[in-house]
Amino acid sequence: MKDQVKQSSDDGRMLEMLRNGDETAFRTLVRRHHAAMISFARSFLRERASAEEAVQDSWVAVISGIRSFEGRSSLKSWIFAIVANKARTKAKRDGRMVPFSDFGEADEPAVDADRFTAEGSWESPPGSWSDLNPERIVAGRQLLAHVMAILETLPLGQKTVVLLRDIEGLSAPEACDVLNISEANQRILLHRGRSRLRQAVETLLTGQESPNMQNEPDRQ
Amino acid sequence: MLTCREITELANGYLDRELPLLTRAQFRLHIIMCSHCRRYVDQLAKTVNMLKTLPHGTPPPDVEEKLVRLLERKGATELPE
Ligand SMILES: [Zn+2]
Repeated sequence: MKDQVKQSSDDGRMLEMLRNGDETAFRTLVRRHHAAMISFARSFLRERASAEEAVQDSWVAVISGIRSFEGRSSLKSWIFAIVANKARTKAKRDGRMVPFSDFGEADEPAVDADRFTAEGSWESPPGSWSDLNPERIVAGRQLLAHVMAILETLPLGQKTVVLLRDIEGLSAPEACDVLNISEANQRILLHRGRSRLRQAVETLLTGQESPNMQNEPDRQ
Repeated sequence: MLTCREITELANGYLDRELPLLTRAQFRLHIIMCSHCRRYVDQLAKTVNMLKTLPHGTPPPDVEEKLVRLLERKGATELPE
């Protein structure tokens, strides 16, 4: 129904231009989303080349489907749903399906249990983050670069939800829709992912050892 | 009364305004009194804000060109009436 249409005016203008085959609009869309689509596709496909193929297929699907896009979700969330779809299909075909039930530890705490007393009060309280400037250099690189690297070390489900919610700015229902997970799972994954990231930043800024930082994968 | 450990498990729901009213009130009461938990919640909020400022990165120009060419070909044959 038309009255359920939920799209920003920016989406509206963009859609109209895309439907008219406007190349500039398409380029804008590519610049805006392509890199994020690749990293999102890698949640399903470990190989970068496979992720690139899936995203290329997704662009074809976006353009050929743009006329039938009804605007029930934001354009961005619709695009990510297409990527999820293409990447899953490809992973299945290659026999390399990554199970998305990667929730981390069964009852992973937000903060290590041994930092609390038996009564649940802080034994080792969070250290102070003086001067939290994302461009600040810590251990040889900018804090922001560390955050990006830490993100890659999160369990798959956590990383993907953090990517969609916090980096891409999708709403909770949109993220559930794109990933085909329940609201409760989405909430847990986001909670755990953000908690781990906070912990990793604390470790960086207060100079404690962290196993995460040592196992960090190489970045291209 | 919520414990500090419980606060760390609820902090994300607090920031996203997803806690039930009573829990939210208990949470606020705790962080008014407990500077460690206040710091914890503040750090979690700062972490989320940092994520929001991560650069997206743009594709290299040759990738963009390749996609535009691809879509021109596809567009000509596959676009519906
Ligand atoms: Zn406390």
